[in-house]
Amino acid sequence: MYAVNTTQVNKLSQLLAPLDRSSLSLEKEKMQDLQDFLETANLPTTKDENWKYTRLTKLSNASFSGSQNANIPFTVYQDAYRIVFDNGKLVRKDAFNGCRSLTELTSHELTQLKPNKVIFDALNFVYAEDGIFLDVYGDLDKPIEILHLSNGNKVNNIRHYIRVHSLAKAEISLIFSADEESKSFSNIVSEIHLDNGAQLVINKLQVERGLDVNISREKVTQHRDSVFTMNTISLDGQFVRNDVEISVQGVNAESNLNGVYIVREQQFIDNHTIIDHQVPHCLSNELYKGVIFDKATAVFNGKVFVRKDAQKINAFQSNANILMSEDATVNAKPELEIYADDVKCSHGSTTGQLDEEAIFYLKSRGISDSGARNLLVSAFVGQVLEKIEHEDIQTFISKKLQERFGWEN
Amino acid sequence: MIKIENLHASIDGKEILKGLNLEVNAGEVHAIMGPNGAGKSTLASILAGREEYEITEGSILFEGKDLLELSTEDRAREGLFLAFQYPVEIPGVSNINFLRTSLNEIKEYRGENPLSAKDFMKMVREKSTIVELDSKLANRSVNVGFSGGEKKRNEIFQMAMLDPKLAILDETDSGLDIDALRIVANGVNKLKTPQNACIVITHYQRLLDYIVPDFVHVLFDGKIVKTGTKELALILEEKGYDWIKESAAV
Repeated sequence: MYAVNTTQVNKLSQLLAPLDRSSLSLEKEKMQDLQDFLETANLPTTKDENWKYTRLTKLSNASFSGSQNANIPFTVYQDAYRIVFDNGKLVRKDAFNGCRSLTELTSHELTQLKPNKVIFDALNFVYAEDGIFLDVYGDLDKPIEILHLSNGNKVNNIRHYIRVHSLAKAEISLIFSADEESKSFSNIVSEIHLDNGAQLVINKLQVERGLDVNISREKVTQHRDSVFTMNTISLDGQFVRNDVEISVQGVNAESNLNGVYIVREQQFIDNHTIIDHQVPHCLSNELYKGVIFDKATAVFNGKVFVRKDAQKINAFQSNANILMSEDATVNAKPELEIYADDVKCSHGSTTGQLDEEAIFYLKSRGISDSGARNLLVSAFVGQVLEKIEHEDIQTFISKKLQERFGWEN
Repeated sequence: MIKIENLHASIDGKEILKGLNLEVNAGEVHAIMGPNGAGKSTLASILAGREEYEITEGSILFEGKDLLELSTEDRAREGLFLAFQYPVEIPGVSNINFLRTSLNEIKEYRGENPLSAKDFMKMVREKSTIVELDSKLANRSVNVGFSGGEKKRNEIFQMAMLDPKLAILDETDSGLDIDALRIVANGVNKLKTPQNACIVITHYQRLLDYIVPDFVHVLFDGKIVKTGTKELALILEEKGYDWIKESAAV
């Protein structure tokens, strides 16, 4: 036992060795506390319930350095406030009210960052390079596009803080893109707060083509009458772990989580979500759909908590998967923990193959086998994608799918 | 048009067709009748290219080509159409998107230019009137939430859109009330030309009051045991199939 532990400690320290501690004026006590924690911590193993189906060998066996070249940025929205991180470094930030980078903040302002004592959050904090610190007031006139690009083999620790103030409204897209050669590790944490009556849409678009490891976490708190929607679309990625944690603290709030993941080859995608209903009279909707090709693997773990006294909660969760090959794998675990008695909740997960009868029907009308399968897969994920409201995002996703499958609309 | 010779076919080792012969020429309507289990739907399935069936003997020539060598989609592209007994529901795929994909793939196969969106929509409007199909159904998911009659009308609508050389109607009358039956049959009649042909598979005579066949064949125990004109259907209606069974046994 002791020997095993030693190796794991070494693997984490090996990962941390080339990294520089954050040069931001972060709170000294928090910093010290988390650094002590990291020194004794191990990388999670499959014995850890939260990482049961997720092996971190890609991370522990990799070696990272600082080498990289500049990436070519692209845009998703026709008109947006643009922010670009190139291999962890902020290279573009359009000026608009309420938007600053972490490097511009005073140590006092930085105390608003609240890291948890869990490994990747702690690691992100201690080694944070930069990030966006955003205060949204009123109805933001344009969406915000935050592009994270990577092509080297560097570790990128970026930490965002987004606060949508009372009755304010915003749409933000977090885009992750890596080129074919990339072997980076991006560890991104976003702390997101919705004040009373705030409305926020986050589109998380993951189109990493290389051998990147992407671990990202969105920690969301919602107050009274707020509406939070997050669309997580993962169309590639060698190793992707998404953690979305929503803490619903105000009554009459609405939370919507929509997800699509399409993985191939030996890719791995893991979506963990938590919606924690702490107060009564709230609604949450969660719909994740996945299509798994080749030898790829997907994990879905969705937890919904309804706390004691959080009555009149409507919480709906659904996960569906299509396996496109014999070697494709899904590990799905929908969980519902209810401690209140007057609630309406449902959850379910299905995994299956395409309907062969439907394929035959389409082929009998002259559609090729691959055309028939594409039509059915596109219809399957289409039920989630149609929930995305902004046309530019729809177009971006269609284009990506078309490049890959030759899909139409 | 199509020539089926000495066709033997089995599924899971059980022989269903036992030497079936049938020739259909352009401009003809053939009805195939027979009791349950005679092999009527098996024949339709084999013509459309269902892979569960094993062809142990015989041949099928369609417009001079070996049909059995063609994939399901290529049979459709060559001009063969099967109206399903049980049309499949496909959630999330709109009727329109489905038919546009289908038409374009057929046109590509034939080396023709794809239809413009405008011409396509015009065609949808024209053809949906043939079976009195509400054009709103065109935007809905394929067969999802359609009534039994609407599903069958949708089959004939697709037939009208794809304009096949040979259409096989597999028990298209099953589950239809008399009004829907008339609409479907009228649709089929409107699509009839001297260049195309139709095989109507049915259990009952009543469909043949509307779609008048040139020939009626009785399929029994995997073979065509009797062929006649439309009057044969009336005799079958009156006497039932036992009469055929007895004469076939002799």
